[in-house]
Amino acid sequence: MKRREFLTIPARSLGGSLLYTLAGDPVILQGQDGTVRVPLRFFTEAEALIVAAASERILPRDEAGPGASDAGVVLYIDRQLAGPYGRDRRRYIKPPFMASFPEHGYQGKESPREIYRAGLAQLAGFASLSNAEQDAKLRAIEKSLFFQLLRTHTVEGFLCDPMHGGNAGLIGWQLVGYPGPLMSHRDEIDKNLGQPWRRQPKSLSDILGRPVKGWEEVDL
Amino acid sequence: MVSGGTGSMRVPVSVFNNGDGVTRLVAALSLRLWRLFYRMPSGAARRLVPRASGVSQAGLIPDAGIIEPVVKRLKPVDVVIVGGGWSGLVMAKELVTRTALSVAVLERGPARKLAEYAAGMDEVDYNIRLRMMQDISEETVTHRHSTAAAAVPVRQYGSFNPGTGVGGAGEHWGGVSYRFDEHQFTMASHLRERYPAKALPENLAVQDWGVTYHDLEPFYWKAEQMMGVGGKAGNLNGKIVEGGNIFEAPRSHEYPNPPHKTNYLMAEFTRGASELGYHPYPVPAATLTENYTNPDGVSRPACAYCGFCSRYGCMIGAKAQPSNTLMPILAPKKNFQLRPLCWVRRIVHRNGRAEGVVYSGPNGEEILQPARIVVLASWTLNNTRLLMLSGIGERYDPATGKGTLGKNLTHQVCVGLQVFFDKPLNSFMGAGGLGMAIGDFEGEEKLEGGVLRGGGIRSQSSGDGPISAFGRIPPGEVQSGWGSEWKKAALRWYDRMGSMMFEGDHFAYRQNYMDLDPVYKDKFGDPLVRMTLDWTDHERSQEQFFVKMPPQQNLWVAGGSGRQPRL
Ligand SMILES: Cc1cc2nc3c(=O)[nH]c(=O)nc-3n(C[C@H](O)[C@H](O)[C@H](O)COP(=O)(O)OP(=O)(O)OC[C@H]3O[C@@H](n4cnc5c(N)ncnc54)[C@H](O)[C@@H]3O)c2cc1C
Ligand code: SF4
Repeated sequence: MKRREFLTIPARSLGGSLLYTLAGDPVILQGQDGTVRVPLRFFTEAEALIVAAASERILPRDEAGPGASDAGVVLYIDRQLAGPYGRDRRRYIKPPFMASFPEHGYQGKESPREIYRAGLAQLAGFASLSNAEQDAKLRAIEKSLFFQLLRTHTVEGFLCDPMHGGNAGLIGWQLVGYPGPLMSHRDEIDKNLGQPWRRQPKSLSDILGRPVKGWEEVDL
Repeated sequence: MVSGGTGSMRVPVSVFNNGDGVTRLVAALSLRLWRLFYRMPSGAARRLVPRASGVSQAGLIPDAGIIEPVVKRLKPVDVVIVGGGWSGLVMAKELVTRTALSVAVLERGPARKLAEYAAGMDEVDYNIRLRMMQDISEETVTHRHSTAAAAVPVRQYGSFNPGTGVGGAGEHWGGVSYRFDEHQFTMASHLRERYPAKALPENLAVQDWGVTYHDLEPFYWKAEQMMGVGGKAGNLNGKIVEGGNIFEAPRSHEYPNPPHKTNYLMAEFTRGASELGYHPYPVPAATLTENYTNPDGVSRPACAYCGFCSRYGCMIGAKAQPSNTLMPILAPKKNFQLRPLCWVRRIVHRNGRAEGVVYSGPNGEEILQPARIVVLASWTLNNTRLLMLSGIGERYDPATGKGTLGKNLTHQVCVGLQVFFDKPLNSFMGAGGLGMAIGDFEGEEKLEGGVLRGGGIRSQSSGDGPISAFGRIPPGEVQSGWGSEWKKAALRWYDRMGSMMFEGDHFAYRQNYMDLDPVYKDKFGDPLVRMTLDWTDHERSQEQFFVKMPPQQNLWVAGGSGRQPRL
């Protein structure tokens, strides 16, 4: 059996509250300090460190607020790749594989897992580079399918329901002002026209008052 | 044999957005779509004889595998219905409530419960990974642009999202509930009357339907009552009513329910359209606008504008779905059986009569269900394929124009336009049927540039999840699609984009058709259906017509609140 891999991450990646100062600057309040060891499902620790560093360059923590690492994006991607999506459980994967027009979508043989494995192999040593060096490396591969997936998954992991492992502490939803999957907007839909309607967000489990599992947990 | 439901409730409607949030020029980029003869002598079912007609355009289809032996032979029923979507379950309801016939519906997907839908309010699993859709790894379709090209399979979903399970695509549809207009039923005669022969596109194969709008009007009305459609009539028995779609065909009744509430985007669309002299009206919606009890006695609550609508099932049953509108009537009936996880593979027939179907049951066993009547309600592509696999009908040959099976494949001509606003839209609120539209370009009067048929222009607020909404930035704002500058622009423009869609008639052409794919197979080893379809100059001119409408025709910009349109 494969040796179990862990990723050691700052505890803040597992939650935090986003507040704004009077000047409007975002501040992240953390409940926990120190680090936590999280078991990985698909990545090796070295791979996870690269993904964490690269997704942080895609969606960095900056003056505008938290970034990919604050939301635990790497854990989201790890779980997605370990689940049905990562192994192409629902893609039509019968041969022959032929190149075709872009409108036919991705026609390749490789699954998301395989695309990541190969892409990450090209980025060995990435995690220890400077920000500028990391950006240059990513710029060089930004047209690749691997990078496109990484970019898409970073946004997903930043703004997903926390049941999927990302958006820790609802930090992404707090940042954009998304209230979560509230059951009703009947009283608001035709009011406050042109005005933001913002609430402290809630996850689906919070709203339903019972745990909800993502697809990656039930269809392994 | 009855072949029902080769289409949908209303064929060319839907808000196909690719999940990446990009609706621009859907038409231009999108074709991303999107015999065995049983002998049944008395006694046990025997083995099958290989099918007779295995020749396709591109050559011989290797034998699709003989199903043998049939493990189980069931007691006959009167009617077997293939497919449990709107078409199949409406047919079942009519039969079961009005006759004593025994009816069995065979549905390849699972049964569903209302409770699952609340737990399904998740953007990743349902809007991005499309958890409710058909499992495309088992069976998909192939597409090529012309007979000269090789077809490739649709390997993952783009804009083309077939349904599965009890309720079919009717569970995760948007609830936008239009009728065809009068000319759409008699398109061939209409075009011939209106235009000289030389103005018509080459290879046009459009035919009149054979039924007219007026034949169907009472049934539209019946369906709208069943679903509880909300809207405002613009033509009541020939009387024009302002505030509705004044270009629509006459209705015998006002809608069963009033229109949806109006949000910011709709208010702006209405203002812009009115200033330009157009006639905005609320999109007709099967997402209930009020609590409602239909003539069958089925009650459903008003829509809560939760925004998890198209691609999701409704957690309160406000959106008309077969599961909440038809199943309450069907489930208690003694002469009705619903069998989920039953995948029909062949229609059994002899001497020109259907005698039942063979299907693969929940455990993969081959089962023969004899029936006096077989109804095909498995949706256009599946119905066609099932007939072809069963050796029924004459397959269409585009070279000679002979044959009807697979002929005249059509798609949707949809062109999207994005408009950016300075103020937030709260676009996470919404409903599949929520929106405004104009019908001013539906007829022919205002068309230019060789466009023979126009279409509706619509703006929907169907509910945007934060992932799809993030990163919608006006063109030219930032160079990169990632990094700090991009992130700041994405935050600045978050919740500021609305879209508008033109949806026009797609004509049937001689070269667009369906047959069986010679290479790719489903999970059983049967050939997939192959679509041969390409856009012609007419669809391109429809697209250009919409895209190039003079700037003042851009509705929101006219209204004063929107920014430059993005294509
Ligand atoms: C995301 C989305 C949004 C949409 N929004 C709108 C909208 O707003 N307005 C509108 O008018 N239309 C809309 N549509 C289209 C509309 O939902 C469909 O056209 C309509 O529901 C089709 O109904 P049907 O019963 O004909 O087919 P389906 O719903 O496809 O039902 C066919 C059933 O047959 C089953 N089946 C197939 N093959 C077999 C087999 N071999 N054996 C057993 N069972 C089989 C399938 O699993 C399926 O359940 C939308 C579609 C989608 C995908
Ligand atoms: S928007 Fe309305 S109809 Fe649609 S799922 Fe939510 S409550 Fe149901």
